[in-house]
Amino acid sequence: MLKIEGLGKTYKTGDKALSDVSFDIPKGEVLGLIGPSGAGKSTLIRCINRLVQPTTGKVLLNDLNITDLRTGELRRARRRIGMIFQEYALVERLTVMENVLSGRLGYVGFWRSFLRKYPAADIANAYRLLDRVGLMQHADKRADALSGGQRQRVGIARALAQDPELLLIDEPTASLDPKTSRQIMRLIVEICRERGLPAIINIHDVVLAQQFSDRIIGLQAGRVVFDGPPSELSEDALTLIYGAEDWTAMRKGADEDAAAEAEEQAEAAKMMSAL
Amino acid sequence: MSHMAYPTQWRRPPMMVKSRFWRIALTLGAIVYLLLAFSTIEVNYARVIEGLSRAQRFVAGFLQPDFTSRSRDIWIGIGESLTMTFTSTVVGVLISIPIGLGAARNIAPRLVYLVCRSIIAVSRSLQEIIIAIFFVALFGFGAFAGFLTLSFATIGFIGKLLAEEIEDIDEKQAEAIRATGASWVQLVNYGIQPQVMPRLIGLSLYRLDINFRESAVIGIVGAGGIGGTLNTALGRYEYDTAGAILLIIIAIVMVAEYSSGYLRRFLK
Repeated sequence: MLKIEGLGKTYKTGDKALSDVSFDIPKGEVLGLIGPSGAGKSTLIRCINRLVQPTTGKVLLNDLNITDLRTGELRRARRRIGMIFQEYALVERLTVMENVLSGRLGYVGFWRSFLRKYPAADIANAYRLLDRVGLMQHADKRADALSGGQRQRVGIARALAQDPELLLIDEPTASLDPKTSRQIMRLIVEICRERGLPAIINIHDVVLAQQFSDRIIGLQAGRVVFDGPPSELSEDALTLIYGAEDWTAMRKGADEDAAAEAEEQAEAAKMMSAL
Repeated sequence: MSHMAYPTQWRRPPMMVKSRFWRIALTLGAIVYLLLAFSTIEVNYARVIEGLSRAQRFVAGFLQPDFTSRSRDIWIGIGESLTMTFTSTVVGVLISIPIGLGAARNIAPRLVYLVCRSIIAVSRSLQEIIIAIFFVALFGFGAFAGFLTLSFATIGFIGKLLAEEIEDIDEKQAEAIRATGASWVQLVNYGIQPQVMPRLIGLSLYRLDINFRESAVIGIVGAGGIGGTLNTALGRYEYDTAGAILLIIIAIVMVAEYSSGYLRRFLK
């Protein structure tokens, strides 16, 4: 599905953000990318859709080498890679609907997008996605009128409108409260399961990463230092990624969180069966 | 115990000039230069007193403005000025949009950026009166020269401020649009236009009222409009008519200022 080979990025300032990063993601896998600030997590996911130009290495999406595509081909590749951003990155003065439809920009011509005359199928799909993320009645509001959690749902709908083969997710919960963070992560994972979508989630909350991803990659100073299932993320591994810290305390908090989460889900299930 | 050791006084450290000697030297130097500069202003008091009587007539003209005897000229002048103002603002803004886009470092290629920045620099470095003299020489007296002058000046003004506004946008919103596979024009339409539109409209309204004021000034060098009428009145020593014209200009500027401020309040 997605294959990354020897990816490296050195910024003009001489900062080495990534060196020799390689991994594969099969279809449907949710990959949590963890690491301290400045480890290169953001750079890595931006190299995949070339918002940042990698210096060395290859990114292969279904055997298509993204790293040496030219402008037009790059646009066609980008439209199949959905991206969800930290702090939502919605165009605030556009309506929710326009934000979702902007996911179709790679597919429609300029005049159609300029006049907001999208094909009927795109509009129906946009409504379906808004319904999926529970924002059907907010379609005509301006994006800046929504709350943080709602905005991130619009961000998810926009990414899905692209009809993506891969989701890149950059700190989806960075500016959300713990409860909303969990809801958003759950929604993302559910959607990935529904569609068999692979996703790379760049996240600094280790507990959330372990709870929601199938596999964890730990970056440290631009290198992969851990790659394995969440269950193998031992204290030693965490120390390798982040440096020494009292991990048991964090784990205890995490267990409590997980218990609360399970309780919440049980309650939701009870309500569903009652209906 | 240790809290006894903390200092009880604090002074803001100097931010610009670190050395005490240079701080004092620069301050003294500035004061001395200011005194010297004032001492070179020559005032011819005899001439000032002579001019007072003329000023008195000028003020008297204001107090008894004559709107009627030259009313035809005044209305033609104002009509011309308003037409000039409106057309030149529309044309100027339309031209300055592509130039402003090209002059924004974050979205334009380097070469386009340099070309657009130089157009803006030329437009801004030449004062309206100088451009007006040039266009009057090229196209003769009248409103057409005035229209060209104001359009040209508008390009520099709107182009520069629009480019700066584009450089200041929230890059994340634009990045998100770029990530969907949008083309450059789509990026401008979806990622940038919504962010700069309120400012562009506000600036255009502001420029509209600047252009009206300028139209009164450039008329004096022959570029048509109310300025021409004003110049003629002053030349004939008809201070009462001149007073009437100035009052009308002030009234129109105030109306324009108030209504553009009112409109801008709705933009967010």
